[in-house]
Amino acid sequence: MKLELRGITKRFGTLVANDSINLVVEPGQIHALLGENGAGKSTLMNVLYGLYQADAGEVLLDGVKQSFSGPGDAMAAGIGMVHQHFMLIPVFTVAENVALGHEPTGILGSLDLEAARKRVIEISEKFGFNVDPDALVEDLPVGVQQRVEIIKALSRDARVLVLDEPTAVLTPQETDELMLIMKQLAKSGTSIVFITHKLREVKEVADIITVIRLGKVVGDAKPDASTSELASMMVGREVELTVDKKAVAAGDVVLKVENISVLDDRFQRAVDGISFEVHAGEILAFAGVQGNGQTELAEALVGLRSTLTGFGKITLKGQDITDRSVRRRLDAGIAYIPEDRKTDGLVSEFSIAENLMINASYKSRFTSGPNINFSSRRDIANQLVKEFDVRTPSADTPAGKLSGGNQQKVVVARELSRNVDLLIASQPTRGVDVGSIEFIHERIVAERDAGKAVILISTELDEVLSLADRIAVMYRGKIVGIVGPTTSREQLGKMMAGVSA
Amino acid sequence: MSEENRWSQALKEILSGSFTRTVLSIILGFLVGAAFMIASNKEFIESLGYILSRPGDALGAAVSVVSEGYGALFRGAIFNAEAETFERAIRPMTETLRLGAPLILAGLGLGLTFRVGMFNIGGTGQLITGMIFATFVATRLELPFVLHVLVAIIAAVIGSTMLGALVGYLKARTGAHEVILTIMFNYIMLYFFTFLLRDPMLLGEERATGNPKADPAAETALLPRLLGDEYALHYGILIALIAVVVYWWLMERSTIGFRLRMVGYNPDAARTAGVSVERTYILAMGLSAAFVGLAAANQALGVSIGVTPSAHANIGFDAITVALLGGSNAPGILLAGLLFGAFKAGAPSMQVLGVSPEVLGIVQGAIVLFIAAPPLIRALFRLPPGQTTNALGAIRDRLLRRGGAK
Repeated sequence: MKLELRGITKRFGTLVANDSINLVVEPGQIHALLGENGAGKSTLMNVLYGLYQADAGEVLLDGVKQSFSGPGDAMAAGIGMVHQHFMLIPVFTVAENVALGHEPTGILGSLDLEAARKRVIEISEKFGFNVDPDALVEDLPVGVQQRVEIIKALSRDARVLVLDEPTAVLTPQETDELMLIMKQLAKSGTSIVFITHKLREVKEVADIITVIRLGKVVGDAKPDASTSELASMMVGREVELTVDKKAVAAGDVVLKVENISVLDDRFQRAVDGISFEVHAGEILAFAGVQGNGQTELAEALVGLRSTLTGFGKITLKGQDITDRSVRRRLDAGIAYIPEDRKTDGLVSEFSIAENLMINASYKSRFTSGPNINFSSRRDIANQLVKEFDVRTPSADTPAGKLSGGNQQKVVVARELSRNVDLLIASQPTRGVDVGSIEFIHERIVAERDAGKAVILISTELDEVLSLADRIAVMYRGKIVGIVGPTTSREQLGKMMAGVSA
Repeated sequence: MSEENRWSQALKEILSGSFTRTVLSIILGFLVGAAFMIASNKEFIESLGYILSRPGDALGAAVSVVSEGYGALFRGAIFNAEAETFERAIRPMTETLRLGAPLILAGLGLGLTFRVGMFNIGGTGQLITGMIFATFVATRLELPFVLHVLVAIIAAVIGSTMLGALVGYLKARTGAHEVILTIMFNYIMLYFFTFLLRDPMLLGEERATGNPKADPAAETALLPRLLGDEYALHYGILIALIAVVVYWWLMERSTIGFRLRMVGYNPDAARTAGVSVERTYILAMGLSAAFVGLAAANQALGVSIGVTPSAHANIGFDAITVALLGGSNAPGILLAGLLFGAFKAGAPSMQVLGVSPEVLGIVQGAIVLFIAAPPLIRALFRLPPGQTTNALGAIRDRLLRRGGAK
């Protein structure tokens, strides 16, 4: 099916999220929509899907004008959407999830789950999805859950499939599998709109690329365009994709971890007897596929998760902090950029200024006696907003209203403006646009050059390779090995699968 | 943005804001009350029999019952123009202040927990605990004036705070839900209070009559009258006004309030930022109950007759509606407490006119119901949806700058 968007304009109050956007997606094509966070990609797709009503412009399918008053209309017309956050019911089986909303029924409206199962098997076999229709969704890995979402769309005869940031939650292997699936779907005639800000993926899979910036179409590009060309189209200026680093000048041991074990929420041993040291002036990166204990390790170092009692020891600058509370560890000299900024890093309802003081509300430059020092806070906030290039109308704007990249800059600004010895950065650039990634990377390297110890936890191999001085690869709660920064991708890939160096 | 655009955007922000919604909710609440008054009026019902031939009668009856009812409310709660002397004419207003004071105090307490993301439904239990402590000091101790009042007030606050903190502790340590805990403590404290009041050896009257009742508080322990013996108004309203200022400082200006709000919005982020969420729960419940304790002192030390088990006057529950109507902020709770205090003050004069004062309960419930359903109000009045812009703030900033402030 040929999809055409003509002159789509969508305003929110005075903000123009989409400014007369034109887009043509040919049948059987993978059309990538590339742009930074907040460029208006998702808004455009929500207009297409009937979630938003456009202020101007029209949607055409095979040349026929459509008017959708809700997702139901869009689905009926053959548009399917896989959201970044899955819309699945965890306690239902795959077949039940796929059937939900248009359940096949038998006599007297009884549920015909057998038909739903058959449909899942049929689609799954056709595209080699390898999905068990009877598995509970909550038991499935993220990559498979995403396939269930795709099956859901296909089972409703979607001939235009919109994938909104589909790789954000996937491991490298799962990403490769998704790419294969996308190519297969396109071959069978489905048109695919692939929304992303990851350049490598776009180049690998797209037939044509449309770049959007600040709500406008900047231009189209072919997938053979160079990465830096695409990046500068997206950001609107030249971007450095590699980080310049001075040679490492490691100093004294700042953090010493001896044989700690940590349980996860299901009381499984997520970190299993780990030991390592981090020196001043170096970046130690923890690489590994998501879910191999990195999250729990970071939380244990900060004190959010206790280590198994009786085992192991954490020493910060010679002080034993194993049993200290979070607050006392932060005070002892740890800065922490949490993996999930929305739940752990920010209070969305608080303003930027308030968010900058959430871990400094006891006795700090933000307080005077029992009072908040409002004038000092305003000055610090204005200065940090400027220094860390947070794009916001003012420092009083609620953090929840900022784009992902700017939210992360607020977290980074808060942590890096504290005077500490150790920075723990967990997935510091997840869901962040290219321009902000570059900025955050530079700041992390600057911390290391200033003589601080840095622990970087990342599932993005690119990030690890461009920042790390030493790389610790984690697999099933253990460190497979600690290797140098020039180790090859293949070698690291093997280690991430558990093969020791 | 053009000048005209800016102003129309600012107007949109005002219309979509919570202040407009609150005012409209109050108006709607009164309309609902009016409907009940009309529907229960005898003349109106009789006139329905011949409404087609003389519709004017029905309309006239409706208008007169509503104007009489709300007129009586005004006379009973604010200003009585029919009174012979000026002193008597303004007495209703002082009654509104007197009856509003405990609602404001308890409203502050419950509003505090709402801000921390908890629901303290235990206003009644905490109030009663405070009354037990205050009554003990007021009837069983002999102290000089001023000192006696102060000790009694402090005792009330300590009693309430202890129960509140206990709830917070149980929640923090065992994960029990505060709604269940506080509701159950309401029962326990109410019956414990009655039990204490039955026995002269405990808190009951020395000359036991068989009814659960305490001795009148000692003269030295009573809150003194504020405007002389002509009026029943006592120092309770001053305590309430001071508490409003303290609450405002605590929640909006202090670092403690900052952490309370942080935990209320996002406990995960608060924990990551080094705040002990468990301790904050205990602190919040304790502080909340401390405000309720002031309301308890007001109830136990405000009148010179002995307290009975019903002396809690349902304040613990009414305070929930006060806090909700007031948006859990200090000025809002002050105004909401005064409004509901006016309802209490005006109810008797409505009853004198044959309008059932329960209508005011309906008005009260209806107001909060509308407050709790913003989309309903928006749909009824076709208000614009929530705005994400800050044209209003920009205009305010500009005016301030023009006004000479740097």
